[in-house]
Amino acid sequence: MITVEHLTKRYGSYAAVDDVSFACEPGTVTGFLGPNGAGKSTTMRMICGLSTPTSGSATVRGVPYRRLGNPGREVGVLLDASAQHPGRTGREILTLAALTMGVDTKEVPRVLDRVGLNTTAGKRRVKAYSLGMRQRLGLALALLGDPAVLILDEPANGLDPEGIFWMRGLLRDFADRGGAVLLSSHLLREVEAVADRLVVIGGGKIVAQGDKAELLAQTGTLVRAADPAALAMVLDRAGLPGTRTTDGGVVVPTGSEVIGRAAADAGLVLLELRPAGSGGLEQMFLTLTAGDSVKEAVR
Amino acid sequence: MTAVLQTEAPSVRPEFRSPGLGRLTLVELRKLADTRAGLWLLIIIALATVGTSAIQLGWAPDEEQALDGFFGFALLPSAILLPVLGILSMTAEWSQRTALTTFTLVPARERVIAAKLLAGALIALASTAAMLVIASAANLLAAALGGDGGWNLPPSLLWQGLAMQIILVLMGMAFGALLQNSPLAIVLYLALPMVWSLLGMISAIADAAKWLDINVTTTAMAEAGMTGDEWARVGASAAVWVVLPLALGIARVLRREVN
Repeated sequence: MITVEHLTKRYGSYAAVDDVSFACEPGTVTGFLGPNGAGKSTTMRMICGLSTPTSGSATVRGVPYRRLGNPGREVGVLLDASAQHPGRTGREILTLAALTMGVDTKEVPRVLDRVGLNTTAGKRRVKAYSLGMRQRLGLALALLGDPAVLILDEPANGLDPEGIFWMRGLLRDFADRGGAVLLSSHLLREVEAVADRLVVIGGGKIVAQGDKAELLAQTGTLVRAADPAALAMVLDRAGLPGTRTTDGGVVVPTGSEVIGRAAADAGLVLLELRPAGSGGLEQMFLTLTAGDSVKEAVR
Repeated sequence: MTAVLQTEAPSVRPEFRSPGLGRLTLVELRKLADTRAGLWLLIIIALATVGTSAIQLGWAPDEEQALDGFFGFALLPSAILLPVLGILSMTAEWSQRTALTTFTLVPARERVIAAKLLAGALIALASTAAMLVIASAANLLAAALGGDGGWNLPPSLLWQGLAMQIILVLMGMAFGALLQNSPLAIVLYLALPMVWSLLGMISAIADAAKWLDINVTTTAMAEAGMTGDEWARVGASAAVWVVLPLALGIARVLRREVN
């Protein structure tokens, strides 16, 4: 339902987005992962026709976004929850959008209720909203036109744990009813819980993409030994490069049998030996995108 | 035949059709008044207009207390403040970053601009009508208090007053669209024509100023029965101060990256 082909955005010689291609299918949640400054938001802005690509193209339901007659009825977009006039009330912002899209304004209280903003909150000016409330309002704005596609940029920012849990449920439900969701985040764990597919971007380029289960299966084995120093030596001798996790384990990009045999040969006591799963994906994420956030800070 | 086919088998579901200009204009009109800044600006214009009538009732000579006098004076506050509302309508999209939502819902940015200009013209029309009502009320009071109270208002004064309001609001919107920054646009909107007026005192460009200084050309609009020559001068100055910045501003809005 969203197709991105060779999308590139250059500012001078700097490529913010470099040859990015992926697709979002009906009934799926696609997690769009990358550190800050990796090009997630720029890609999403290009999909929504707010920024013109240097080259490449993007379509939503087979049509370039700018050619959609009434896009709010087909695609729900939340790119920046803070980009609202602070002097308007939440209800007024939704009413303006409803009038623009030709949606019955009776939907406004309903959608406010759906995102967990009560009548009092709807009557308050956005100035008084917390970031979490702005995200909920932004989600209400995206859902208002009853779209088949959702494009959400870091929607979990500022939400409390209960709010994040609620949002996952909402997005899962949306996809299960045949909708397509593109959801960006710089936090793997946040996306992992709800996404079916992952697209990982770093430095403007796609570094990995595919089915979440497939990506998780490819991430190797987590091993933990009673004597970490001895384990490091054994792995080194066996020619198995490992990456340390924060809690003392090592992720090795190979099957558990190879590691188990090497450890047995060396008489090493293992405490843990299992598929790395998301821990491994996090390691991969960190390795693949290492250094990008530093670059962003000094750009 | 084509028309028949189109009505019988619409290729686009009705809710997927682009919102009409009327609907967008209503939305833009609503946006003029639904923030605290916009609402207060409108309230202040109304209060200031009542103020102009009060001043005239209290201090103007009795023979000047007639409808044309009240109406001419009543136009002043909105002539100054309504353009500010026009400026904010354009600049707030960028300074408050609402352009992100606006242009996501309506990717055809030129339609949004057209709706804003229409809304600006309509608010100028509504304001002129309100001024007429306030001036009439003041005139009734004046008659009761011993003033002239004459009801003679040359129609030309009405049309000219309306045209001036619309020109000034559109000029504000043009500055807003071009500069896309509220304080900058307001300051330049007020200051640039003034600077031009000062330059107009230099004899060498005084002749040009008669045609291009919008402060000078629009003074004629406050007097009944403008001549063709005076209209031509208004047109020439409006081309410089309204049409030119508006054209540049529209080009800038259409191209700008939204983030």
